[in-house]
Amino acid sequence: MDGLTSNAPLLVFMVIGTIAVAASFLVVMMRNPVHSALFLLLTFLCVAVLFVIKAAEFVAAVQVLVYAGGIMVLFLFVVMLINYRHLPEERMTTSLAIGGVGVGLAIFLLFFTIVRTGAYHDEHLNAEKKLGTVKETYLAEHPTDPNKLVRRSRAKENRNAEAVGMALYTDYLVPFEVASLFLLVAMIGAIVIGKRELSADEEETAPAYMIERVETEKEVKELLSA
Amino acid sequence: MPSTAQYLMLSATLFAIGLVGVIARRNMIVVLMCIELMLNAVNINLVAFSHRLADLQGQVFTIFVITVAAGEAAVGLAIIIQLYRLRSTVNVDEVKTLHG
Repeated sequence: MDGLTSNAPLLVFMVIGTIAVAASFLVVMMRNPVHSALFLLLTFLCVAVLFVIKAAEFVAAVQVLVYAGGIMVLFLFVVMLINYRHLPEERMTTSLAIGGVGVGLAIFLLFFTIVRTGAYHDEHLNAEKKLGTVKETYLAEHPTDPNKLVRRSRAKENRNAEAVGMALYTDYLVPFEVASLFLLVAMIGAIVIGKRELSADEEETAPAYMIERVETEKEVKELLSA
Repeated sequence: MPSTAQYLMLSATLFAIGLVGVIARRNMIVVLMCIELMLNAVNINLVAFSHRLADLQGQVFTIFVITVAAGEAAVGLAIIIQLYRLRSTVNVDEVKTLHG
C-alpha cells in the first residue's frame, strides 16, 4: 500500500491514460456524431488531468475552458444544427479505411521505436536535478524581475499560472498579440462563411449586398447540380 | 511520477487513433474531431517535454496550439454548415467536384 500511495501520480496516469485511449478509440468507432463528440469531451478532460500530473495547471485549466467548454459546444451545436441522419446500413468509412488503419499503425510503430530507444526514460534526469519546478527555473532565468523577492518569499506555493502569464506577456508578447489577431480573423471568417440564406420575407427588407450573395449561392447550387 | 517516455507513448497512441479517424471516417464532422484529437496528442508531448526540460516554452506553445485549434474548429465547422446547405451532405467522398 505504501508503494501505491508514494507512486500515486503513476497510478492516476495509468487509469486516466487508459480511459483517454479508450475514449479516443470510441470517437473514431461511434456511428452517431453526437456520441463521438461526447467521447471526445471525455478524452479532453482526461488529457487535462494528464497536464495536471505534469505540473501544467494553467494549461489544464485552458484545456477545460477552451476545449471542453468552447470547442465541444461548437461541435455539438453544429452536429445538432445539421441533424444529419446516418442510415443504419450506410457505410461509416471511406474506401481508404484499410489504408488508413495501416498508416495509423505505421505512424504508431515509428513513434514507438523512437521512444523505445530509451532516450526519454528520465530516471537519470530526476537524480541530477529536481524537476517539476518550471516556474522556479523561469524566475531564476529572469533576475531583473522587480517582484522576484515577493515571489521568493512565497516559493512554496504552486504558481504555474503566474509563470505562464509572465512568459506570455514578456517573452511571447508578439506571438500572443498575433494569436489574438488570428482569433479575430477566424471569427470574422466563420461568420461570413456560415451566414444562412434569406427567407422570402427577409429578402424584402434586406440590403442589396445580401440579396446579391443569395443569388450567387443559387448560381453555385445550379452549377453543382448540373 | 510517470516518465516522459510513458507520456510519449500515450500521445503516439492518441495521434495514431486520430490519424486513422481522419483518413477512414466519412462524416466530415468526425474528421474534424479527429484533427482536434491529433492536436491534443501533440499538446501532451509539448507539456511532457516542458516538464522534462523544466522549461516553460512547451506550455506557452501548448496555449498557442489550443488557440489555433479553436480558430480552426470555428472556420471548419462554418465550412461544413455551408457545405451542408449547398449539397445536403457531410460525407467526405460525396464532395468531389474538383475530382481530387
